[in-house]
Amino acid sequence: MSYLAGKELRIVGFLCNWCSYGGADTAGVGRFKQPTDLRIIRVPCSGRVNPLFVVKALLNGADGVLVSGCHPRDCHYSDGNFYARRRLEMLKRLLPFLGIDERRFHYTWVSASEGARWKNVVTDFTKAIHELGPFHQKEEKTECS
Amino acid sequence: MFIEKLKEAVRKILPEVDVVIGYRQGFDPLHATPYFLDKPEQVDQLIWNPLCVQNLCSYIPFLKGKVGVIVKGCDSRAIVQYMQEKLITRENIKVIGVPCLRVISVKKVMAAINQQTVQEVTFEGDNIIVKIPEGPKTIPSADVAPRKCATCQLATPLQYDVLAGEAIQSNKPQDTFEETKEFEKLSLEERRAYWEKEFDRCIRCYACRNACPMCICQDKCIAESRDPHWTSQRANVTEKAMFHMIHGLHLAGRCISCEECERVCPMDIPVAKIKKKISMDLKELFGYEAGMNPDDTPPMYTFKVEEATIEEHEI
Ligand code: SF4
Ligand code: SF4
Repeated sequence: MSYLAGKELRIVGFLCNWCSYGGADTAGVGRFKQPTDLRIIRVPCSGRVNPLFVVKALLNGADGVLVSGCHPRDCHYSDGNFYARRRLEMLKRLLPFLGIDERRFHYTWVSASEGARWKNVVTDFTKAIHELGPFHQKEEKTECS
Repeated sequence: MFIEKLKEAVRKILPEVDVVIGYRQGFDPLHATPYFLDKPEQVDQLIWNPLCVQNLCSYIPFLKGKVGVIVKGCDSRAIVQYMQEKLITRENIKVIGVPCLRVISVKKVMAAINQQTVQEVTFEGDNIIVKIPEGPKTIPSADVAPRKCATCQLATPLQYDVLAGEAIQSNKPQDTFEETKEFEKLSLEERRAYWEKEFDRCIRCYACRNACPMCICQDKCIAESRDPHWTSQRANVTEKAMFHMIHGLHLAGRCISCEECERVCPMDIPVAKIKKKISMDLKELFGYEAGMNPDDTPPMYTFKVEEATIEEHEI
């Protein structure tokens, strides 16, 4: 797996407590081999994910951001992911307008029992980010401090 | 004279409200400035001409009691949006509507006269005549109008309690988001370079936010708060971009396209462009336009179990 050979990249994952975090746990318990670039932040619900979390992460050092929640109709709070879907879709369309490759941001749904699916999501997303390369190679603009 | 009709409307409404917001002459003939009046003798100071550009609705959420306000078509979308979001009690607002076909951008006039001193301004038909030291200069109004006027469909305000003058129809073509679509044809790198250059000039004066009729929480704006600390005081382009993303995303489904943000920017940053892109997507995805119908629900405040227009993304 060549994309794992080089340096790790920084990928931030916002996972809902009830489904996707459980799914990641299932994948761990199942001892699936997964890339380790992803840093997981557990949130109560994908509806808790303010699109600005994603923007802030991307602007401040992340090379990719993944948001994962319960499948539509399976939200623990019944409708959090429905709101999330609208917000995240708007963000997905806005990012390229500002010159940020939309492939650096992905949102999807993984349930607590879908350990294998989780493994695939992480592996594929990590691979995609490695293909895009680091997001922040340029020097920061000079700051007045 | 139209101004007499307007004054008459204001005089009639004044006893019913605590304050009326209108326009009076600013520091030079080219500038109109917002005017708050509560006494009948102040009514004669009111003016009305295409230079009355400010969206006076922006003050309403910050005022207590009953308020009278002069609104143009584009401004009236703010009233509708406040109603959708239940930010005002409509009965407490007396809307004095003015029919309008076009306003004039002060910045564009100043550019056309090379930033010279303005001695006098008159309007004749579809022209504005600006007297500068070297003599009068006639400029077609359409050449110096803000871009929003070129596609404005609201010659008569959507909401009014009194209309000064006659209701008129717009004679403009619909907005087809041509500019946004053109911009999207640029490569990712070009777009990123464009915004880096534009945002770099931003001095974070927050004028764009302060003038925004929908930035109703500006006293507690997260762009300035330390807790949560969304943006730092660093003067780099990352922090500036972050502020613009905050402003843009907080207006998703709420921006009424008055383009006040862009008008007030001292650094000429095309901030409305971001909002326009969001508005275009909202129209495409949810068939929604902010500030058009008081009974609409903003698309980010609701959902559908099956979203016909949103497809799952592959990695
Ligand atoms: S008005 Fe212009 S300079 Fe001021 S914060 Fe907004 S974009 Fe930046
Ligand atoms: S940018 Fe957001 S937080 Fe700041 S005033 Fe506007 S809506 Fe409120």
